[in-house]
Amino acid sequence: MTIDNSMQISFELNGSMRRARVEPHERLIDLLRDVLGETGTKEGCGEGECGACTVLVEGRAVNSCLFPAPEVEGLRVVTIEGLCGEGLQLSPVQAAFLEGGATQCGFCTPGMVVSTVALLGENPAPSASDIRNALTGNLCRCTGYVQIVEAIQSAAAKLSAGGEA
Amino acid sequence: MTRVVGTRLRRPEGPDKVTGRAMYVADDVPVGCWWGKAIRSPVAHGELLGFELDPAFDFSQVVLVRAADIPGVNVVDLIVDDQPILASDAIEHWGQPLLLVAAADQATLDAAVRAIDVRVRESEPLLDMEAAEVVFKEIVIDKGDVDAALASAPHVLRRTYHTDSQEQMYIEPQGAIAWPEAADGTVLVRGSLQCPYYVQRALARALDIEPARARVVQAATGGGFGGKEEYPSVVACHAALLARAAGQPVAVIYDRHEDLAVTPKRHPARVRHATGYDDDGRLLAMDVDVLLDGGAFTTLSPVVLSRAAIHAAGAYRCDAVRIRGRVVKTNHVPYGAFRGFGAPQVCFAVERQMDAIARERDLHPATLRKRNALRLGDTTATSGRLEESVGSEEVLAKILERTGFEDHPWCQPRPAAGRKRRGAGFSFFFHGAGFTGAGEVHLKAKVDVRLAADGRCEVHSASTEFGQGTVTMFTAIAAEALETGPDDVLVVEPDTGAVPDSGPTVASRTCMVVGGCLARACRELRARIDAHGGQGAEGSFRERARAFLAAGGDGRVEVTYASPPGLVWDDERYEGDAYPAYGWAADYVEVEVDLDTFEVSMERFVSAVDVGKAIQPQLVEGQIEGGSLQALGFAHIEVVGTKDGRFLQDRMATCIIPTTLDAPPMEVLLVEEPFSHGPYGAKGVGELPMDGGAPAVASAIEDALGISIDRVPATPERLAAAWLAAHPEEAL
Ligand code: FES
Ligand code: FES
Repeated sequence: MTIDNSMQISFELNGSMRRARVEPHERLIDLLRDVLGETGTKEGCGEGECGACTVLVEGRAVNSCLFPAPEVEGLRVVTIEGLCGEGLQLSPVQAAFLEGGATQCGFCTPGMVVSTVALLGENPAPSASDIRNALTGNLCRCTGYVQIVEAIQSAAAKLSAGGEA
Repeated sequence: MTRVVGTRLRRPEGPDKVTGRAMYVADDVPVGCWWGKAIRSPVAHGELLGFELDPAFDFSQVVLVRAADIPGVNVVDLIVDDQPILASDAIEHWGQPLLLVAAADQATLDAAVRAIDVRVRESEPLLDMEAAEVVFKEIVIDKGDVDAALASAPHVLRRTYHTDSQEQMYIEPQGAIAWPEAADGTVLVRGSLQCPYYVQRALARALDIEPARARVVQAATGGGFGGKEEYPSVVACHAALLARAAGQPVAVIYDRHEDLAVTPKRHPARVRHATGYDDDGRLLAMDVDVLLDGGAFTTLSPVVLSRAAIHAAGAYRCDAVRIRGRVVKTNHVPYGAFRGFGAPQVCFAVERQMDAIARERDLHPATLRKRNALRLGDTTATSGRLEESVGSEEVLAKILERTGFEDHPWCQPRPAAGRKRRGAGFSFFFHGAGFTGAGEVHLKAKVDVRLAADGRCEVHSASTEFGQGTVTMFTAIAAEALETGPDDVLVVEPDTGAVPDSGPTVASRTCMVVGGCLARACRELRARIDAHGGQGAEGSFRERARAFLAAGGDGRVEVTYASPPGLVWDDERYEGDAYPAYGWAADYVEVEVDLDTFEVSMERFVSAVDVGKAIQPQLVEGQIEGGSLQALGFAHIEVVGTKDGRFLQDRMATCIIPTTLDAPPMEVLLVEEPFSHGPYGAKGVGELPMDGGAPAVASAIEDALGISIDRVPATPERLAAAWLAAHPEEAL
């Protein structure tokens, strides 16, 4: 006989309240992608190494492949889908990535962008080395990181001139 | 003057990528899709005896596909028919697929996999390439009388170099979804892949259907670097066989562990050099022996060997050259395509050999390079004459001016400064663009362009986008040739049902070869529109294009690649013009080595690169930065070892690649020596930056520590051992 350990949770996802039934060991990434259909969050390793699955929980960047889904109960979760402005307008960080050549294959990009938003929330004017330290958990195999670091600096400059990440 | 070429366009597919809307294969799983997986060999060599199915599990809920169930030929179509889709008796490598399973959901699939036991008879695997007997391919290049030149040379240096394997580590693992045969007899596969027509041929043979009945569509692809050149055929065949058995779409999507454990990586290499030179370090004779471990099956090894052999003498002039290359069979997981394709291994060896000669002759390494660099009018190792577009002197001049390396006392005794030692290193190299020899002639790459009803120009090609910027680069070339803006161009998604065979997206050929065809096609289309309306006629491009169509104009142009005239290649003798053009480059690296941990930190990196013409400079720089970081990783931190035929680093936690903190600040100096047969002068750029980083890092470590580095990766363990051997007083 199988025992049903699943539980009902509700949380805020990209600004709207969502309810879902989850298993105790279910990963947040599976809840987001498979159950709620938000596939912008990527899985590159499933073991906390690549950062492609990064999402914000209460404004903090976490690896959704390691984060237990039940723990988002009552919390605010933001994924890459939640960063666009009205009418799918690019956020300043997204625009900076696009303009700055910071996305190539794009698979690391949602995680990179989300980590950047978390960084700029804490440190609106990061130095290149602040950026490198903050993004060390986000792997990119395409870019060599140069254009990513530059894009983030340009986003920070734009934001400090007024705007929201 | 160009208007679009040389500017900076936004990536057309970029908005989808930065918003998470781009659809990679795992993002778009159809309703009712099943999940599939391969059961693999637990041994590196042996015989498959059978499978034991646990009677406690209800196998009626799953489908199984055995070798005998394959309707077509049981081979993965590539160069030689030696790799079965599923082993039927002989097992040649660890992880070899033996049986396929699919179920309606992941949990049932996992349970089924656990309920299947593989029975094998194990035999002794052959894992040492030096002891291998089966040779997949041998290549001999001969120029001049090497034995005589070596015998009469005032100095001869003999040394052996090694490079270990390397993992591509595209961040999106391999995956494909296959649909069962539709009513019209078509089998559809959508996947993460570089070469849709390779996959189409593989499916057609496996399923015993006409190629046109196998429709292959590329999903958004999260990196490839060669790793999605040949292997997607395996994934696609597995998915399609399971879909056929299940009567449902089946997704075969690897997790990182499976991807690392079984997909092909860079060929390990051993390269032996015997070089004769005069007192001034001028090269008189080069005798090079290249050995590559091919792993268990041929895959693309012959072509990798070809590039390795042709590049083995480096970017240097020498009248007497002999290169013998072999790629052999072992019981390792097959090695395969990875950016650089054999060149990074041989470039490491020849560049280290040049540094060793510099030390022997007490010459500065930069002086030695300048003295021997190939120049316009020289002949390469294959006796092809360099007739144009040779940026060798300019890249050397630029990098030396920028870095002042010539004034750096490379490997000269310096006052020892604490436990951190700094060093600087250098490399000079070239990389042939396009397929080797007659490859492009046989391939006959095609591109077609079509005016859509709205007057936009659609570009149809099988060239795939996996980050390098194919779509942006094609948009720029087409807009330039059509004399309009990028918004009037639409590059359509590679779908074998809709695009012609432009050949695979590999070998730094997409810009020069396919882009060249595209420019021709667009110029022809523009001429037709002009002829109809009169040149300089009123209206936007789209308006004029619509008027042209309305008047019954033929808005479709197909172009087939034609090699530049005068190229001669003899495949028997491996002689002639190996490539239509070469990219030229020089790398400069500064490192700091910690004498307590032997970790090497990259402090500065500069690369000067002749790309002919940068169609999109931002993309070109991104290619050079990304490729160079892969090369720096190859040099010192990316370790791929094996034990008993299994990769030891089969998790991302152990198979490490450079992070933001491992990457140095990088500077790219572009040089443009136009190639008259490339679009707007462009040559290839994709692979070139993979070649020079490892020898430059080794050179810098040698400068810092005074010990010679003949093997990469130069891991802390290896450096510590070499240092202690040179400084026994430091051993405890
Ligand atoms: S998928 Fe979560 S860290 Fe890689
Ligand atoms: S853009 Fe490809 S991994 Fe970062």
